[in-house]
Amino acid sequence: MVSKQTPLSFTLNSKPVAVGTDAGKRLSTVLREQLGQLDVKIGCNAGDCGACTVLVNGLAVCACLTAASQVFGKQVDTLSGLVASESHTVSLQAAFLRHGAAQCGICTPGMLVSATALLQEQPAPSEQAVKDALGGVLCRCTGYRKIIDAVMDAGGHQAYRHDTAGTVSSRQSVGVSLTRLDGADKMNGVDAFGDDVAPANAKVLRVVRSPFHHATFELGDIVDFVARHDGVDRVLCADDIPGQNRFGIIPGFIDQPVFAEGRVRFRGEAVAAVVGNADVMEALDFDDFPVRWTEQAALMTPAEAQTMDAVQLHAQSDNNLMCCGTVQCGDADAGLENAYVKVSGRFSTGFIEHAYIEPEAGFAQRTGNTVEVHGCTQAAYMDRDSLALILGIDAEAVRIVPSAVGGGFGSKLDLSFQPFIAVAAWLLNTPVRIAYTRRESMQATTKRHPSDMQVSIGVDNTGRLCGCTFEGTFNTGAYASWGPTVANRVPIHASGPYLHAHYRARASGIYTHTAPAGAFRGFGVPQAAIAQESLFDELAMRMKMDRLEFRLLNALDNHQATVTGQVFEQSVGIRACLEGLRAQWRAADKDADAFNRQAIVSHSPWRRGIGIASGWYGCGNTSLSNPSTIKAGIRRDGTLVLHQGAIDLGQGSTTVITQLFADALGVAAKDVTLLGADTGITPDAGKTSASRQTFVSGNAARLAGLALRQEIARQSGYKEIVGIDLSASNITVTSATGERRSIDLADQAALNINDDGYVLMVEESYDPPTSTLDENGQGEPYAIFGYAAQMVVLDVDTQLGLVRLDHFVAAHDVGRAINPLLVEGQIHGGIAQGIGMALMEAFIPGRTENLHDYLIPTIGDVPPIETIIVEVPDPHGPCGAKGLGEHVLIPTAPAILNAIRDASGAVIRNLPATPDKVLAAIHRDVETE
Amino acid sequence: MKKRKARTGCDENVNTLLLEDALATLASGEAVVLAGGTDVYPGLQDRPAPAPMLDISRIAELKGIEKTSDGWKIGAGTSWTELIRADLPAVFDGLKCAARQTGSVQIQNAATVAGNLCNASPAADGVPPLLALNASLSIASARGTRLVSLPGFITAVRQTTLKPDELVTAIVVPEHELNALSVFHKLGSRSYLVISVAMLAVTVVPDCDGRIRDVRIAVGACSPVAQRLPELEAALYDLHLVEDDLSAALQPEHLQCLKPIDDVRGSAAYRLEAVQAMISRSLREVAEKFAEVKRGI
Repeated sequence: MVSKQTPLSFTLNSKPVAVGTDAGKRLSTVLREQLGQLDVKIGCNAGDCGACTVLVNGLAVCACLTAASQVFGKQVDTLSGLVASESHTVSLQAAFLRHGAAQCGICTPGMLVSATALLQEQPAPSEQAVKDALGGVLCRCTGYRKIIDAVMDAGGHQAYRHDTAGTVSSRQSVGVSLTRLDGADKMNGVDAFGDDVAPANAKVLRVVRSPFHHATFELGDIVDFVARHDGVDRVLCADDIPGQNRFGIIPGFIDQPVFAEGRVRFRGEAVAAVVGNADVMEALDFDDFPVRWTEQAALMTPAEAQTMDAVQLHAQSDNNLMCCGTVQCGDADAGLENAYVKVSGRFSTGFIEHAYIEPEAGFAQRTGNTVEVHGCTQAAYMDRDSLALILGIDAEAVRIVPSAVGGGFGSKLDLSFQPFIAVAAWLLNTPVRIAYTRRESMQATTKRHPSDMQVSIGVDNTGRLCGCTFEGTFNTGAYASWGPTVANRVPIHASGPYLHAHYRARASGIYTHTAPAGAFRGFGVPQAAIAQESLFDELAMRMKMDRLEFRLLNALDNHQATVTGQVFEQSVGIRACLEGLRAQWRAADKDADAFNRQAIVSHSPWRRGIGIASGWYGCGNTSLSNPSTIKAGIRRDGTLVLHQGAIDLGQGSTTVITQLFADALGVAAKDVTLLGADTGITPDAGKTSASRQTFVSGNAARLAGLALRQEIARQSGYKEIVGIDLSASNITVTSATGERRSIDLADQAALNINDDGYVLMVEESYDPPTSTLDENGQGEPYAIFGYAAQMVVLDVDTQLGLVRLDHFVAAHDVGRAINPLLVEGQIHGGIAQGIGMALMEAFIPGRTENLHDYLIPTIGDVPPIETIIVEVPDPHGPCGAKGLGEHVLIPTAPAILNAIRDASGAVIRNLPATPDKVLAAIHRDVETE
Repeated sequence: MKKRKARTGCDENVNTLLLEDALATLASGEAVVLAGGTDVYPGLQDRPAPAPMLDISRIAELKGIEKTSDGWKIGAGTSWTELIRADLPAVFDGLKCAARQTGSVQIQNAATVAGNLCNASPAADGVPPLLALNASLSIASARGTRLVSLPGFITAVRQTTLKPDELVTAIVVPEHELNALSVFHKLGSRSYLVISVAMLAVTVVPDCDGRIRDVRIAVGACSPVAQRLPELEAALYDLHLVEDDLSAALQPEHLQCLKPIDDVRGSAAYRLEAVQAMISRSLREVAEKFAEVKRGI
């Protein structure tokens, strides 16, 4: 029998350890909380994600499914131990770095441990063996292909050999594939994520959440509850919020309470929080928490929420309409009426969960009249300002110290855990920590908006677009979050990167009793692209035109107006992307024909199809100021410091921004000491969203580099300088004529130290030039768009409806690839998320609140990806660079849907295209014929 | 069986719990049985582990796979990985195929085959292949031992005939003729870590000529408990693996015993249709395997 608090001894990372613990406690918890083994990550507590993989007597197991007592007398190895003792792990680490196989790094320990177990058994494994060995570890960032490559490389396969392309010692950083600057910590499992940063004495907070989609409630005797539970310090509820019990994103739409007030509007909404000692909180049963629920009828869809007698979720929103956005030009109705060919369709998509492997976590502590919040976030300054209002204190009294972020993709832009622990730490004057469970993370944080889109598009007799209407209804959930942004972005982008003279698009956001829909990679644009790009295929087929050539014929070009009337003179790159795919497209078309002829002969149920889709995306906020500020300085000892406030979610902004800064200054990336992000020490570099960090913060960093170079030139007395060499307390400056002078940083008479500790310091800002849109959505919403086109080859099992992806070719116009390795990483990761959206992902509140019912792609689901980096420079971009982070996802799902139809005739307009839907659509197609 | 005090906790003997001690513990009160932990812990949904738990992974008597006079005995402590690595006759190929598709390597290393049966999920990967192998379960308690057939063991969704004081000690697979063949197909919406939409397991015992002398076909995830298809099996009896069109024997009424549901993984209609395709493919695969063996490959 497993009994309580037994002494447990085993060998951990080659050292004997003994610890007193509950025998049935999860090994993952014991390793992290009692033995400080923070390289073991917890993503799901259900064996679904593999982040906590450790070796027990050499076998890979999930530590979250292993009872502590089960390792008695055994040998347990975690990443940090393997790094010290196992040569396979060391070569895997090096290969992961070289290949860019880690982005956020939260899955990296699980990947490296699993891969080590593989190489111990099979030193030179096949690709299939690699997939089989890593199939149990989920990654949401990389798309897995670089992980496969890295393991194959570490396994000695020459074909996968990849050497570091760039060096941090080079003075030319732009265009160089530097390995990520924060990579070493991620490889060693020491990068500190949200649940890795709390002090040992922190109290633990857990949230009491609604089990109902819609209910009224009354809290009972909380004082009695606290009294009945030893070790519980306090219960917090709406009455305890010192400032305003509201938060949100967009002015005018600040509608979400920290704690619900008498009524909950979605399943998982917080009504109270309990704070207490860690051991007590872990075991605390909420079943006896004093709350009385009265369930109410729930409005789960916009259709239900817009009936005549539907209850209104928010007083200011009649008919539950949150807001809508419109863009129109020309006369779309007349254009469609006169069209030679017109196609229409209704398309729908469901909630998509971000499913980053790191659930929300962090801690807060109060010092005097200030409060610090540490944890994972995408938006430090927005968090700071919102928390100040909730606490009723000045923004300067709140400091946000972002931890490493284990994936964000948009959802960590919103406040989630922060208000609870900030209020608790503030009121209790003690450090308080929290880590969301996977279920909480899935229930309570924002999702991609479900969409319902009615679209019509017409062409003239030459195949040119002559009219397009788009009417999209987006389920924004119970609270606004980034809903207004989606409503505004979609009409601008629903045209695709094409020339439309007659266009009208309208998107509305509707409140329902579901989890708030917010920001998710693309802000509604991926949904719109599914409708538009699917109908483009129909138009091309009706016109008997090649589907790629049809898109090229209609592709937007320089000097042509977008649907908002914006004209770019030199940076429209969609044509180059489509042309980049042409040769492969034609080859794939021939290959598919041959495949299908053979399949018919051999009575195989498989049919091959090819699909293509384009995408575009405006970088930065829509018609709103969104500046970034970057500060840099040189200390008296010669240390060059970059205050870099842009939060790296794994995409690599820390590396790219440093490259741009170092390149502009004329030093090597290795010469730069990085600080931040931290609102206490880094100026506001804005949020990490809208594909804006390379573009906006990158520009600020470049300007800071140039300004510092100018300052050094001024100090040297040279008009023009060509070389800067930093050494201890000295800068050697080389003039254009080859002369050298030295700036003595220790010279106190010449150089004073400023308040920040620098003898030389600069601070530069950049804000993209945009203009407000008029009532027809006309204007210049973004300074830069990025462009993309992707093609996919896939096979459909026409008897089972299964889709087997063969390969992708992805052409992306990034203006200038500051770091090609990181560009590829974004493309791979975006495609993986697009695959999930197209084929398997569906968040259903109350039903798929874990990672075994909510499926995301595994290592077996992402086929080889060939990337084509297109560089059509943008005059506003740093060195010509455009954003990329969201573009990478937009064409993927429609390309897959178009290929499924090409292969099998199945028309899928309601996502995801699960096997049952594909098979039903094949039957519909056969009936139609 | 003499009564002994169960050894508890993580003392020096923790690695060697005796079966009789475990049974005594179960006889003295209910305990959650812990083996691989891959169903127990997810089922907790972030609540702390229940006390008491009886960790049977430490019982040496439950380890290993051996050939006995009753057939092959797969100890209840046998993990999927141990099964995959065991040297077993070809008739176990289907079960091994299911093992390789159960969860992930992490799950296969920890989870036990017997635990998969005890969990009694409609989508349990182990049930169809073991039904097709005519497997039974060896069950022990302080009161004695009994052998129960797999269909007699799992009665409904997450329900078995196991009594609170009983423990499954082994899965027993009767010995098959050497030329018996088996295949397994799992249908899911992604690779790895996926709960099955439908599963199909087939065991065929042909005579040396290729005529079907015994056939068992089991379908998973299409009814509360995985089902054999006795009418289809009867229709296939005596057909020739290579010369006859086996698929033609399949009639819609053969599937009437299935009761698939609509859920997030697939519709009921889809499941029924998919099963038919899977049956045809599995029978063709068996025929190909037979032909290969015959050709001496």
